[in-house]
Amino acid sequence: MTMPTIMPITTTLITGMSMLDDFLVRAVLAGIGLSFATGLLGSFVVWRRMAYFGDATSHAAILGVALSLAVGLPIGLGTLLVALAMAATVAGLASRGWAVDTTLGVLAHSALALGLVAASLVPGVRADLSAWLFGDILAVTKSDLLFIWCGSALVAALLIWRWNALLTATLNEDLAFADGINPHRERFILVLALAVVVAAAIKVVGALLIAAMLIIPAAAARGLSRTPEVMAGLAVLVGALSSVLGLEMSLSADTPAGPSIIVAAVICFAISLALRQILARRG
Amino acid sequence: MPDLSGDGSMTGPTELIRAQGVSVQFGGTPVLSGVTLSLKPREIVTIVGPNGSGKSTLLRALLGIIPPTTGRVARAPGLRIGYVPQKLALDPSLPMTVRRFLSLPRRVSDADAQHALMRVGMADSALLQMASLSGGQMQRVLLARALINAPHLLVLDEPTQGLDQPGEAAFYRLIEDVRRETGVAVLMVSHDLHVVMAASDRVICLNGHICCEGAPAVVSTAPEYRALFGLGTKGALALYRHVHDHDHAHDHAHDHAHHDHSHHGHEHA
Repeated sequence: MTMPTIMPITTTLITGMSMLDDFLVRAVLAGIGLSFATGLLGSFVVWRRMAYFGDATSHAAILGVALSLAVGLPIGLGTLLVALAMAATVAGLASRGWAVDTTLGVLAHSALALGLVAASLVPGVRADLSAWLFGDILAVTKSDLLFIWCGSALVAALLIWRWNALLTATLNEDLAFADGINPHRERFILVLALAVVVAAAIKVVGALLIAAMLIIPAAAARGLSRTPEVMAGLAVLVGALSSVLGLEMSLSADTPAGPSIIVAAVICFAISLALRQILARRG
Repeated sequence: MPDLSGDGSMTGPTELIRAQGVSVQFGGTPVLSGVTLSLKPREIVTIVGPNGSGKSTLLRALLGIIPPTTGRVARAPGLRIGYVPQKLALDPSLPMTVRRFLSLPRRVSDADAQHALMRVGMADSALLQMASLSGGQMQRVLLARALINAPHLLVLDEPTQGLDQPGEAAFYRLIEDVRRETGVAVLMVSHDLHVVMAASDRVICLNGHICCEGAPAVVSTAPEYRALFGLGTKGALALYRHVHDHDHAHDHAHDHAHHDHSHHGHEHA
């Protein structure tokens, strides 16, 4: 991350109306836009131990891509529908008392395997399968960017609107019930948000790494936070920072963009761990 | 949920909450059958029963968390319930100060929060992390949260589970103090009988259905209660001591009672 590579991004960011024509600007904006949703939702994924849940849903997205191309549906819509179906299935099975860990494991892996098999049968997907698996943020178009920002804004608005109810239901379901909050409805809101995030994020980091984008920024924020709001806010910042740093890394070292963003997030996580140690020693 | 307002001509509710012939089944297995009970203002009612007797299910039905399979639950109109769950399993990944917790799900003023914390003896805890609290501190904070909206009825589900005996006794004293000051009615579930029984106005002995019901001293001598909890057990001995505290007719129990005192050594005012 040397200065010369940072400069082009910063200078392009401040140039005029045509800046969206620059693929790098679109990539940075896509990453930052997504961070709002992944930071807020990722915090709930961590608090509610839904990591595997995120895996199952995002792996199903590959199946969604293959199916959309097969039947000629817009990819965003197809991915959203399949992710939603998967998330609802998992949530339904979990609430019926199935062994959650095993159920999620079976569903996550079968969704991925089915998706890959389906993808191999659809020529369009087969060609750039790795783009769907690992993301292709540098190929984000203006309409992709619109989809990502709208999806992310929708998820952020939904979560902020339900924030206190979601937190109460996360702490204790009976406590929520006694306060007139239906924890099942709140869980459904998270399921919906997860499906939207998966559909929006698949172009940025890819199906395999969406769960990482949810969990790692939130985990990095945990150590430096004393309230849920601070943690969620920091998770958004870490996500945005990781997007910028990951793209820099990708440009300067010619590494794949999606995984580079996750590596940047992991570095943020390591720094946060170290900071926490230092703070703990002082305090 | 139906309410107890009737034709609205009453000046104040004589019953806060009423369960009428409530039965609950889980997957065809009956957990509760034909439970009828009601709570009056200012009453302390304790539900006791062995594990699996449907105590928590009854509370959840009263709170509206689970719908009764048959029967109905009615509440006085505008009834405010403060609920203290059995325990709060706080995931360590969730940062949460005591102050922030008190504002869930509705924002409360700093003054109200501080007042509630002072009431439960946790005045200096606002900035502490919930995860760092001891079991007794956690129960007090849960109680503070339940008290913030000035409830008519406090519902506590085995609130002293995991506390040592001094902690348990102190927590029940706190509940009694709060009832005396605010007039809140208290409905709690317990399986540890000795401390609870003395504090209660009424004890309901539950084992799928209501076995017996009445003042602590009456219930403790009821054959149904004896059948459920046995004679000469630790619980029964401890109970005698409290019968002794309140009713000097049971002279024959004194020796056992004092014995029990020296063994357990917990204070009871």
